[in-house]
Amino acid sequence: MSGPLLAVEHLRIEFPTRRGILTAVDDLSFQIAEGEVLGVVGESGAGKSLTGAAIIGLLEPPGRIAGGQILFAGRRIDNLGREEMRRLRGKQIGAIFQDPLTSLNPLYTVGRQITETIEVHLGLDAAAARRRALDLMAEVGIPAPEQRIDHYPHQFSGGMRQRVVIALALAANPRLIIADEPTTALDVSIQAQIIALLKRLCREHRTAVMLVTHDMGVIAETADRVAVMYAGRLAELGPVRAVVKQPRHPYTVGLMGAIPAIGGPRHRLAQIDGAMPRLGTIPSGCAFHTRCPSAFEHCLRERPDLLPAGASAAACWLYAEGRA
Amino acid sequence: MLAFVVRRLAQSVAVMLAVGFIAFAMFRFVGDPVNSLVGQDTSIEDRAKLRHDLGLDDPFVVQFARFLGHAAEGNFGVSYQFAEPVQRLIGERLPATLELSFTAVLLALAVGVPMGVYTGLNPHTWLSRLFMSMSLVGVSLPTFLTGILLIWIFSVVLGWLPSFGRGDVVNLGGWTTGFLTLSGIKSLIMPAITLALFQMTLIMRLVRAEMLEVMRTDYIKFARARGLPNRMVHFGHALKNTLVPVITITGLQLGSVIAFAVVTETVFQWPGMGLLIVQAIGFADVPVMSSYLMLVAFFFVAINLIVDLLYYAVDPRLRLDRAAGAHGH
Amino acid sequence: MTARRVLMVTESERLGAAAVASARSDGRLRRALDSDLIYSFCRSPVTVIAAVGTVLMIGSALLCPWIAPHNPFDLASLNILDATDPPAWVKGGSWSYPLGTDEQGRDMLSAILYGMRLSIAVGFAAVALAATFGVSLGLIAGFAGGWIDTLIMRIADVLLSFPAILVALLVDGVARSVLPRDQQDAIAIYVVVLAISVLPTVQFARTVRGSTLVERNREYVQAARIIGVHPALIAVRHILPNVLGPVLVIATINLALAIINEATLSFLGLGLPPTQPSLGTLIRVGQNYLFSGEWWMVLFPSATLAGLALAVNLLGDWLRDALNPKLR
Repeated sequence: MSGPLLAVEHLRIEFPTRRGILTAVDDLSFQIAEGEVLGVVGESGAGKSLTGAAIIGLLEPPGRIAGGQILFAGRRIDNLGREEMRRLRGKQIGAIFQDPLTSLNPLYTVGRQITETIEVHLGLDAAAARRRALDLMAEVGIPAPEQRIDHYPHQFSGGMRQRVVIALALAANPRLIIADEPTTALDVSIQAQIIALLKRLCREHRTAVMLVTHDMGVIAETADRVAVMYAGRLAELGPVRAVVKQPRHPYTVGLMGAIPAIGGPRHRLAQIDGAMPRLGTIPSGCAFHTRCPSAFEHCLRERPDLLPAGASAAACWLYAEGRA
Repeated sequence: MLAFVVRRLAQSVAVMLAVGFIAFAMFRFVGDPVNSLVGQDTSIEDRAKLRHDLGLDDPFVVQFARFLGHAAEGNFGVSYQFAEPVQRLIGERLPATLELSFTAVLLALAVGVPMGVYTGLNPHTWLSRLFMSMSLVGVSLPTFLTGILLIWIFSVVLGWLPSFGRGDVVNLGGWTTGFLTLSGIKSLIMPAITLALFQMTLIMRLVRAEMLEVMRTDYIKFARARGLPNRMVHFGHALKNTLVPVITITGLQLGSVIAFAVVTETVFQWPGMGLLIVQAIGFADVPVMSSYLMLVAFFFVAINLIVDLLYYAVDPRLRLDRAAGAHGH
Repeated sequence: MTARRVLMVTESERLGAAAVASARSDGRLRRALDSDLIYSFCRSPVTVIAAVGTVLMIGSALLCPWIAPHNPFDLASLNILDATDPPAWVKGGSWSYPLGTDEQGRDMLSAILYGMRLSIAVGFAAVALAATFGVSLGLIAGFAGGWIDTLIMRIADVLLSFPAILVALLVDGVARSVLPRDQQDAIAIYVVVLAISVLPTVQFARTVRGSTLVERNREYVQAARIIGVHPALIAVRHILPNVLGPVLVIATINLALAIINEATLSFLGLGLPPTQPSLGTLIRVGQNYLFSGEWWMVLFPSATLAGLALAVNLLGDWLRDALNPKLR
């Protein structure tokens, strides 16, 4: 297939409030290729989840897409009607959310929730759907699926539940999955298992993943490329190895510096002074300049474009022509 | 599960005993039973004899036990006002009240639930706003005002429906029913609507609130993210989760139907339990009052018990106990 | 906890704990009151109308000795020939009795004004009484804990499962049976206030207890106790201000309910007597004349009562939404 699977171009998401219009995501552009895992990392409130919601068409009012476009397989999807978007969801684009307990309806068995998804998208009859559900459960590593398929969500542990959620997301074999903090609510010991599972399945099914998280470690493990978001804007975008080993944007440098390293000398963790600005108080020019150790006068004046910097790209005037 | 049932039963019995105690205290100590039963001319010796015959000289505990024993049989003494056994009075009036209440609840559910679902799923349409405004009026208006308004429109101005009484009733082996005659049904319409109105609006608002809350949950979001059609999301997932608390709260509201029946029956002169208690209070007819208290308490306790058990049966999270628990990871 | 109790974490309890939480996050409830509350008030025309209406009605009720055209209780001024006159705009009426007269020749407008005053007064008195006792009970229960708490809450639970009107009815009934017959009219108003205040008392107690429990575990309370500050002082100085928000909401809701319950009791003939009629009493008497065509005797008091109840309810609704932290 030529061209990227998902292309987000100059996306802007706004929230009209009684204090005026807040721009939560401002001129965001990136692409995801078929089968690729793009990590989207940033602090809470950076706009990562909103972007995911906008892509899958579940942006909650009063939030709305105020500019730009989203293209899936070359076709524009941000302006589709409700029914068309619904057909896309689950079948072409799937989603996984943070808390597996609240993602599942407590009053229905796990099996019922899987089979209904299968029946809706794949048109199988009840018996075939059940067989496929059992296969799916085995695939995500749930032991004794024939018994567990008739259990209720609260009878599963956290990690098992997330496996069920993954099974549900993969049920109709979508080409892209938006995974919003899939491991944040799980025990650390389980996180690794779930991440490995996600990686394996997506490789096997050739499913692209937009992995949203604030955990750089998960990104380093799983993603092919990474996008760093700050205050609703893209700070850096590049192959994961490059960004992790040699971060270019001062914000990413700060992020990586704040991660403790096992082995190696122990020293104080670097800390970025201040905090990410809240919506409505974003500084002019580069949003990060108030906290940036390398800021200079251009940073205050003009918001930087995404400029090539080594193997990746950073939205930073440090990488403009003529500078180091 | 069994432990739960036993515990609830024990609680219910305890409450009934407490209420029984209050009823007995009323019965025995409020006013003087002897003076209420006899004329002014009765001599003091005769009164003393009557007092002794009625067992009013016995120790408190004995009297209480006797009271409870009689209550369990349904014997509540004799009404001061009507000089008839209370049991018979209640027996005559109960069918009227029950038929009225039953019809009202049915009406309230049949109208309230669909309206609630609609306004919950479409909160911003003009129809929803209309329903909500109407419901606010329904909740604010006292029951008797609605009754009077209905009487004015349909009896005085239009002359379509009778404004008091039950119409012709058919006696089916002790149970008098108004369902089988045209005049009976006509008489039932306005009282039932009056009684149902408050319930209806309450149910509608409840269903709506629950629906709105459920629609905001993660599992609905996830169901949407899986591309399930609206019909399935709304009526498969959302509705079931909405109805569980709604059913239980509605059951608990049955009690208020009994309460407002008192007012409705007074407005329409409906010959039921409600009218009986109002007359009894006006007359200070203590046997009727205390038996009404016991009866109503019994209804409430029974309803609460059933609702608790029902909830336990419907919500799987409560059913499958700690014993089953979480497996694997 | 039974499933029912889990379900029936009443709005008041939720409000109690939630309001405390929100007061924390907003710094002080007062600040929140200043901005969001007033803002949402001005934004809703319905609420403004309701508030204006309520103020008008309360105002006219307070001022009625001066603004009522007649004094309906002055028996000497009644002219029996004027009895059952229709309103001024109907043939046979006159503008000296703008809304007509009742069967004794009393001016309807004046009777309604005085009746409204009584209804509102009883409502306020009942809620005030309930608030005083209820808040105190709640503080005691929340603070003392142990068997006192359990006892009070058990009683509260049982009482709360009965509808307010039934409790009021039965309290009224018992009082009537106990009191001598000839005194009943004179003290009817006190009996009614008492009867109506029973259930709201329990509601207040429940809410305040909830908030107290939340606050009791906070560090500053623990610190105060360690220092040796008397629990009563802690309760009044620290917990009470945090509880005022939901108490206010419950008070408004219960005011509307109290007015309606009083009207209902009077309508049933068990409330205020015809010598001291509230709106409910007027409606009861008026209903008898509905069929003989004197519709004004029942409709005007009914409309007034409906308007009053509606206005107070709307205000309570708005207040509840505005103070609900979940909707912020």
